Amino acid sequence: MKAAVISFPGSNCDFDMLYALQDFGVDAEIVSAKQNSLAEFDAIFLPGGFSYGDYLRTGAIARFSPIMSAVTQAANAGKLVVGICNGFQILTEAGLLPGQLLGNATTGFICDDIELSITNGQTAFTNSYESDEKIVIPVAHAEGNFFADEDTLNKLEENNQIVFRYVNNPNGSAHDIAGIMNEQGNVFGMMPHPERAVDEVLGNIDGQKFFKSMLSTILAKA
Amino acid sequence: MATVTNNELSPEQVRDSNIYKQWGLTEIEYNLIVKELKRLPNFTETGIFSGMWSEHVSYKKSKPILRKFWSKNERVLQGPGEGAGILDIGDGQAVVFKAESHNHPSFVEPYEGAATGVGGILRDIFSMGAQPIAVLDSLRFGELNDTHTKHIVDGVIAGIAGYGNAIGIPTVGGEISFDHVYAGNPLVNVMAVGLMDQSAMQVGQAHGVGNSIIYVGAKTGRDGINGASFASAEFSTDQESDRSAVQVGDPFLEKLVMDATLKAVREYSDIIVGIQDMGAAGLLSSSSEMAAKAGMGITLNLDMVPQRETNMTPYELMLSESQERMVLVVKRGEEQAIIDLFQESDLDAVIIGEVTDNGRYILNFKNNTVADVPIDFLTHAPKQNLIMTEPKRLSKFTKTQYQPDMSDVKNTIISLVAQATIASKASLFRHFDSMVRTDTVIKSGGDASLVRVRGTQKALAMTTDVNARYLYLNPKVGAQMAVAEAARNITATGATPIGITDGLNFGSPDNPEVYYELDQSVAGINDMAKKLNTPIISGNVSLYNETDGQAIYPTPMIGMVGLLDDVSKATTIAFKHATDSIYVIGETTDSFNGSEIQKLQTGEIEGQLFEFDSDQELASQALVRDAIANDFIASAHDLSEGGLIVGLLESSFAGHLSFNVNTNQADKYLFAETPSRFVVSVPEEKANLFEELAGKQATKIGSVTDGDNIVVNTTTQTVTLSRREVKKVYQESISWQLEG
Repeated sequence: MKAAVISFPGSNCDFDMLYALQDFGVDAEIVSAKQNSLAEFDAIFLPGGFSYGDYLRTGAIARFSPIMSAVTQAANAGKLVVGICNGFQILTEAGLLPGQLLGNATTGFICDDIELSITNGQTAFTNSYESDEKIVIPVAHAEGNFFADEDTLNKLEENNQIVFRYVNNPNGSAHDIAGIMNEQGNVFGMMPHPERAVDEVLGNIDGQKFFKSMLSTILAKA
Repeated sequence: MATVTNNELSPEQVRDSNIYKQWGLTEIEYNLIVKELKRLPNFTETGIFSGMWSEHVSYKKSKPILRKFWSKNERVLQGPGEGAGILDIGDGQAVVFKAESHNHPSFVEPYEGAATGVGGILRDIFSMGAQPIAVLDSLRFGELNDTHTKHIVDGVIAGIAGYGNAIGIPTVGGEISFDHVYAGNPLVNVMAVGLMDQSAMQVGQAHGVGNSIIYVGAKTGRDGINGASFASAEFSTDQESDRSAVQVGDPFLEKLVMDATLKAVREYSDIIVGIQDMGAAGLLSSSSEMAAKAGMGITLNLDMVPQRETNMTPYELMLSESQERMVLVVKRGEEQAIIDLFQESDLDAVIIGEVTDNGRYILNFKNNTVADVPIDFLTHAPKQNLIMTEPKRLSKFTKTQYQPDMSDVKNTIISLVAQATIASKASLFRHFDSMVRTDTVIKSGGDASLVRVRGTQKALAMTTDVNARYLYLNPKVGAQMAVAEAARNITATGATPIGITDGLNFGSPDNPEVYYELDQSVAGINDMAKKLNTPIISGNVSLYNETDGQAIYPTPMIGMVGLLDDVSKATTIAFKHATDSIYVIGETTDSFNGSEIQKLQTGEIEGQLFEFDSDQELASQALVRDAIANDFIASAHDLSEGGLIVGLLESSFAGHLSFNVNTNQADKYLFAETPSRFVVSVPEEKANLFEELAGKQATKIGSVTDGDNIVVNTTTQTVTLSRREVKKVYQESISWQLEG
């Protein structure tokens, strides 16, 4: 499996994601947002950070960077496209995932360990978790409040596109949504940071199964 | 010869209008300049002298004292005098760290003041060629019952978060406390830590005639003009504060500058001669100091300076403190590679001048020479020998220790944990990204924070600390205790303290009592630093922290770094298993003057400070490190503000367990702040081994328990507390007070 971690100007979790992928033996590399091809990669990761300073609106400028047409192509080709935190915000801005991330219900940045439940354990991102498992994954964001209109939310529910939910909603997200995927199940975004929860030394390995799930999915395809 | 531009005052007008006094130059200093130049300095020249000779840049008042700092041992690769100090941590690697204050700006404009404080200290780190890996904040505010203080707290916290989170360097720790003396002079001290390969070390020096001065990063605007002079004067309430002296930060731009600078160091270290950030007194101080340190001269063409506003004058261009700017000295003929590298990140990179061998600082602007002064003279402010006298209050203090009122111990404990200084600061630290870069092993809320060195078994412990109340009662011993407590914090993680940076926050040095406090504090820091073998390798001085003649407590913030060879030994303050035995290391004595309980019950801090024995301190720390290295203990926590009871509660709250102890002492000793103590928990199977190692240094007082009941026995009574209830007070008190 070959993975690309997209580095936008202002991305700051790009290396965290790279190291996490490499820890699982993935052949991963950083790809600049100025590039315009992702043909050689099986999976694309949009990391956390403050792309282009998050000026105007989170992810609003990043979606126009040269790499994004290649990301869209990869998504349409059925490759895994994963957005974490700012990456999730960029995917919604780019229309690759529904909804929008608004400012937290209580204004301000929150960095904390947050409990999540696995809402859909049959996805490419969760198949290694037990379906009733509760996990703790850190969040670090000021705009993580997932918003979508009623119809969209109903559709997300009906199609089992909601992958993770907050046990105690920290930011006001509709339906306690922490992570969603597209209808095809290959494009995924979440606000919490699984790449921060893979290393024993840091005291939390609840994110390991997230990476194991993706690996087993891609290996099964191959 | 220097010529007047625009509508600036003529040299004669500068002399007659006394404008130089508004800029902070004294008449004596002005006359010295006239004598040296053998003519009247023009407007620009007078401005650059006022910037360079401000206390904030020149340390002309504090230098005679700072010179006494002990700053050399076998680890020191770079001591004071550069952007930051550097210590050897083995394997060809080095740790780089420094603290900086942004006190004055944070009072006037809390958000930008604090944000640019973070930005400035990070530039100091990466200008040395080091990747910043962590930030810590040491904050002091007035009491939380004051509306203006709440506004400052909110702004400062949001500013640190806004900048630090965006640039992607974790804010891993620090401490916050509250006292009325900081109401008009809050302290915002930021410490940054970086990591580098020793082979990548850079210095801020401009060697080599003909080499190019390259300006990199943000454009220059009119923000923070002469901020250094602003930081070198005290506040008065009848003067409207000078908002234009505060800079505005852009963390996105700084991230680009940081990444590009570090890339330049990695790829072009052979053609980069020197790097310096533009901090206090901006382009002026960075360029002149680089040349002065190399014994060279410099000529700048100000028309080349990237500008974001129109019609800027030479004075403004030189004294602007616009953020996110760096100066690089690059070998002549090799500039394009560097310029291309920065332009790849859409950053300005422009040749603005060159190194000369004439020892002059020359500024050209629109085909005129607007300044031409000897660089050595410009960068060496006339020293000032100030008078010091022992503060009158000190001789009035009596030796008798305050005796706490113990009529209701249970409620005293609950009131104590609700005190802003004791209560959990998690609701504030929660706004900071403490985990980005995925190296944070121990976050804030414990004693020291711990950051692993990726690719090795090593980790770096780091902390900031000072209890200024102790220094108010005894500047020298209080300073020793501050260093000792910082070292206890480091030790409690298992790490060995290796070095210090300081942030010396004081009132006006022109007050002989304040100058005495500064002198004695430095003496105290030095004493303890030598005993611990922790040289003082960098630091910052912030004077004039007073409003209407009311000075802050002497507050020398100690930033300390420690090295843990094996990260798997890392120990936290949290109790780990029920039935583990709890021990106190060190003796508990009648130590109440300056304590939290004195403050709680009397509202005052007074009396002679209790005693401190540095040998006892070293012995306690050595024991804890040994015990951790041998895997004998499950948790370790230093005892400080609030005494044993607060230490026990914090170890309980950090995990999910309670405790049952018997102190075999009178009630009051629960609250004594005797230094050199730790509370540790020891698994059953290690108890014998631990006791053998500790001998008489440790006293068993009880055990860790399951359930909600916390039980404290003294010689007079049994106090039972609900862990859930007390924890709620501890966790929510700050939010209640901020919102109340």
